[in-house]
Amino acid sequence: MSEVSQLLVSPGPHLWKKLSVSKIMYLVVIALLFPTGAAIHFFGYHALSVIGVSVGVAVITEYLCKKLKGQVFVMDGSAVVTGLLLALILPPLIPLWMVALGAVFSIAIAKEAFGGLGHNIFNPALAGRAFMSMSFTLEMTSWVAPTGFTADAVTTATPLGESFVWTADRLSLYQAMFLGNTAGSLGETSALFILIGGLFLVGLRLINWRIPAVYIGMVALLSFAMGQDPLFHILAGGLMIGAFFMATDYVTSPLTNRGKIVFALALGVLTILIRRFGGMPEGVCYSILFMNAITPLIDRYIKIRPYGLIQKVESAG
Amino acid sequence: MAIRLNKKSSPYGVKVPERKFSEKSPIEPAPLPEKVVIPLQQNIGAPAQALVKKGEKVLTGQKIADSDKFVSAPIHATVSGEVSGTTMLVNPPTGQLIEALVITSDGEDRWVELNIPQNPDSLSVKEILEKVREAGIVGLGGAAFPTQVKLSPPKDKKIDTVILNGCECEPYVTSDHRVMLEFGEKVISGLNIIRKVLSPQITYIAIEDNKEDAIKHMEDLIASLGMEDLKIVPLKSKYPMGAEKTLINMVLGREVPIGGLPLDVGVVVHNVSTAKAIHDAVFEGRPLIERVVTVSGAVKSPKNLLTRFGTPIRTLIEHCGGMVGNANKVILGGPMMGIAQFDLDFPVVKGTNSILVKEDEPIRERDCISCGMCIEACPMRLMPTMLARCAKDGRYDECKEKYYIDDCFECGSCTYTCPANIPIVQYIKVAKKELAKRVPSK
Repeated sequence: MSEVSQLLVSPGPHLWKKLSVSKIMYLVVIALLFPTGAAIHFFGYHALSVIGVSVGVAVITEYLCKKLKGQVFVMDGSAVVTGLLLALILPPLIPLWMVALGAVFSIAIAKEAFGGLGHNIFNPALAGRAFMSMSFTLEMTSWVAPTGFTADAVTTATPLGESFVWTADRLSLYQAMFLGNTAGSLGETSALFILIGGLFLVGLRLINWRIPAVYIGMVALLSFAMGQDPLFHILAGGLMIGAFFMATDYVTSPLTNRGKIVFALALGVLTILIRRFGGMPEGVCYSILFMNAITPLIDRYIKIRPYGLIQKVESAG
Repeated sequence: MAIRLNKKSSPYGVKVPERKFSEKSPIEPAPLPEKVVIPLQQNIGAPAQALVKKGEKVLTGQKIADSDKFVSAPIHATVSGEVSGTTMLVNPPTGQLIEALVITSDGEDRWVELNIPQNPDSLSVKEILEKVREAGIVGLGGAAFPTQVKLSPPKDKKIDTVILNGCECEPYVTSDHRVMLEFGEKVISGLNIIRKVLSPQITYIAIEDNKEDAIKHMEDLIASLGMEDLKIVPLKSKYPMGAEKTLINMVLGREVPIGGLPLDVGVVVHNVSTAKAIHDAVFEGRPLIERVVTVSGAVKSPKNLLTRFGTPIRTLIEHCGGMVGNANKVILGGPMMGIAQFDLDFPVVKGTNSILVKEDEPIRERDCISCGMCIEACPMRLMPTMLARCAKDGRYDECKEKYYIDDCFECGSCTYTCPANIPIVQYIKVAKKELAKRVPSK
């Protein structure tokens, strides 16, 4: 029976979908290329250098962490996603050494110290940004108007800033904000390109549409209820990139659809509360980080009824 | 009134590649084996005791083993010849050793005299049940539950619906499909016997829409027989549509309680091949000694073979031109729930609907990234990732109390869909085994 030892034996199923973690990560990178492209278009060399440093340092940090922990380093693309996301939510003129420090924090502290991909509590890119906001407050709140590939930078406020003024008509403001021709973090300004990338992932069913839809919908509803301009709130700040690319992070968002809806509703409330009453102009980053911490609780208490559960209770009682 | 009802589709489960290579291959007889190995336990329930001794001559169809337990089925010789001894086999689903009788064929295939009833239509329910039991019929969809037990529900359980299951949602497998196309009359005749025994108010035939020819064929047959009270429910192909519990939910909107049986909600589900076997037993007096087995995957020419039980799987693979490419896995059943074999001398048994040859490589498990895809795939709306995490940590009680592990029937949808390649079903099986050890046996 020579073939006996040659036959592979394992429990079923013996068929797998051709989708791996790295494939998902690289598809997310492809989706992020749309807002990345917009960032490079509007902020030129500033965008290129920040993105390059952030992604490079993120990958190197991941490699070093794995070596240090004596684990196998797999180039699964998750560090690229974190590095890219971090770069896209940073101001264009941020000094590059700060970017590097933020990327190290994202990977080494927020991700690897918790056990690596799948074990982190907070979205690594947002944790990195929060760390930088607290450490480098001035640099993290210095905004410039889109520069393109020129060296001149004109300091200006983001649409959410208190000193923001728009002299032209309302429609042209919406247009500028939709296309991304305003001050802001590198990749957050262009709602259009974030939408293209986000819908690409929704179409592939890699991110759950419920989170961005409910989150953005809730922000619109609440801002309307408070007598503010819903469209402005949707297009301003980091809401679009946060709703499509940060709040949908698998690891740090709830497991079930119902949990995801609760998560997104709470995100909408928190974002508007911070924007309206908080000490900061923008609340997306901290809303998501706060809800990341609540996610295990949501997963514990918001469950789906399994098939055949109710009937059992009825027949027993 | 239309025979064919509107198509239904399920929000749960997974879309799997169908790969029904052998769906157009007519059923052909497999070669008669020189030697058959017949396990004495081929069904859920009690093992049978041998009725023949070494050296004894047997005829095809002769009863060679039986049990006096209620949940059991007798076993018959599948060739004529001489009992040459016994051997021990590893029973695929349980991993336990079971005894098997070895019969060396005389090559003549001489049959026992079949007890063909004069007037089968006038048989009483009791007589029908006796014939079904004597024929050794078990569910041929894979679970191999003794059929007469399923046809004798307790008195307090009123059965109002019978569903004939022609879904065959496992990829590659086409045996039920071919049985419906080639033995449609016998399937319907068997279904009528089931209806006579259970007297349900309504009967459905459920078939996945990837078998349009079978749906059409059954529809035409029903129309020509004037049996308009039989309804065909076409179902959008999605795995695991053909699983009893999901099928009942799809067709009737009812849910079988956790740990319960379909008869708890007034339903009995039978497989189409089982219905044909019931017809053969009641109308022709034929015991169950053969079935259609799909041999597919990495073999030269995939086929549907009418195979005597006890035929080594090696014989069937060779009959289909042998393994091709770098095939290294042989599975009894379909790719989703089938069991990988280590020994090509293992015989075809009553529950074997398919032999699948595949090329596979060991997978590398990663950490869960909480994508939730397993939860969306689970037909029982469980949280497979939480079951796997708890099982991995040895928190088996949590598997049961918080995550309803008893609801899982191990269809494999979660594992199929997992991007981190976590063998979730394997963890669940381990947890179930561990939990079973704790509960004192009754």
